[in-house]
Amino acid sequence: MTKTTPQKRYGMVIDIDRCDGCGACMVACSLENNVSVVPPEAGIHRGLTWIRVYSVTNEKEYPHSDTAYLPVSCQHCGNETPCVGVCPQSAVDVDPKNGIVSQIPERCMGCRYCMVACPYHARYFNWWDPVWPEGTEHLLNPGVTPRMRGVVEKCNFCHGRHHAAQERAASEGRSEIEPNEYQTACAEACPNGAITFGDLADKDSEVAKLAAGPESFQLLKTLGTGPKVYYLTQRGWVRDMAAKTPLPLDGQPDD
Amino acid sequence: MILTRRRTTILFFIIGLVVAMLAGWIAVPAALYESIEQPLGFSHVVHSSDDVGMECDDCHHLTSEGGFAGIPQIAVCVDCHEEAIGTSKDELKLVEEYIKPGREIPWLVYARQPDNAFFPHVRHTKLAKIPCKQCHGDHGQTKTLRPLKRNRFTGYSRDIWGHDFSGITTSPPWSMKMSDCVDCHRKRGVRDSCLACHK
Repeated sequence: MTKTTPQKRYGMVIDIDRCDGCGACMVACSLENNVSVVPPEAGIHRGLTWIRVYSVTNEKEYPHSDTAYLPVSCQHCGNETPCVGVCPQSAVDVDPKNGIVSQIPERCMGCRYCMVACPYHARYFNWWDPVWPEGTEHLLNPGVTPRMRGVVEKCNFCHGRHHAAQERAASEGRSEIEPNEYQTACAEACPNGAITFGDLADKDSEVAKLAAGPESFQLLKTLGTGPKVYYLTQRGWVRDMAAKTPLPLDGQPDD
Repeated sequence: MILTRRRTTILFFIIGLVVAMLAGWIAVPAALYESIEQPLGFSHVVHSSDDVGMECDDCHHLTSEGGFAGIPQIAVCVDCHEEAIGTSKDELKLVEEYIKPGREIPWLVYARQPDNAFFPHVRHTKLAKIPCKQCHGDHGQTKTLRPLKRNRFTGYSRDIWGHDFSGITTSPPWSMKMSDCVDCHRKRGVRDSCLACHK
């Protein structure tokens, strides 16, 4: 009864030249994934969001100044995934069938080793009990479990949507989902169409073609973590900076 | 003299073992689980008999999106039980307390999993062709509804953790733990990563 399912590698390509930093991806992500609202004193270091839009500048004077916005979520590292090895609870794993890096809050004990290990600052810790503004509780997504205080959370490529797509496919007798049945909330919400999500292993998919293109690069590629989130830009300075140095957490617009 | 002492030791060992076993296998489960009766008597056998002729999925069906509808709402019962059929106590209770005022029956669910578990019934029944009774037992052949055994601390049903404290029969329908799911997934070579079943 053993079935072989095709190996998938879900990934994302984000076109930085199209991103104007509006933050619609952050809002859509928070709504989709039941990300709770933290108190105002949280600041940038203790806030909760699964995708954060960074702004970087080339530090030149006008008229040569330039700003780029980089939405950064979990990069779903495919090689020596840094957060997996350090977790003492086995609360993190990489799905061997689709490459999605998980974070299971019920197993997490809140030691935050993974946050230290993650070179992309893509993991967030629940410093407070989860709360939602009054009246919005009924907007919670039943396909995603809310997290409790004291655990780490992060992007899982809207896995609740993957579950829903699988369930729909199964009701039609299919064990595999079609590419157009599974999209992340951020990719759907982006008004400029900057985010493309799909299966990198499928050479004909748009995401695989974009990722293989000449303008694509990965964040901190020199670390060799093999991120499955790619970025596109025609601006050389952005590519050079993002490929070598960690993105600055301080000095962000919402700090 | 030495022989007597050894006998005494063995005797105390056996007594200790029996007491510990009784405590662990009978006293602790009895104290840990509270027994709650269902709100109404219900016979699956009567409903699926030739006289009535209902099929399982007349009540327990899948939605068009593939979700499992679970226990039916009172609207399904009304089709036949608008007026009392017979004079049994449960029948009268059904009509007087639930059907006439339009109240839903607060059934207790034996197999409710924790919130963070994602279990698509349709993938298991339609794709893997696993019969319902493999996990739920032969519930469709029962004449009465057994009481729900609920863990006093966690609130979960004993069906999840398992009825057998000896640990000899630890697979569905005797238990529905994560390890039972994982065993079957590994045997069949399907996804066994965390996110395969957790949301």
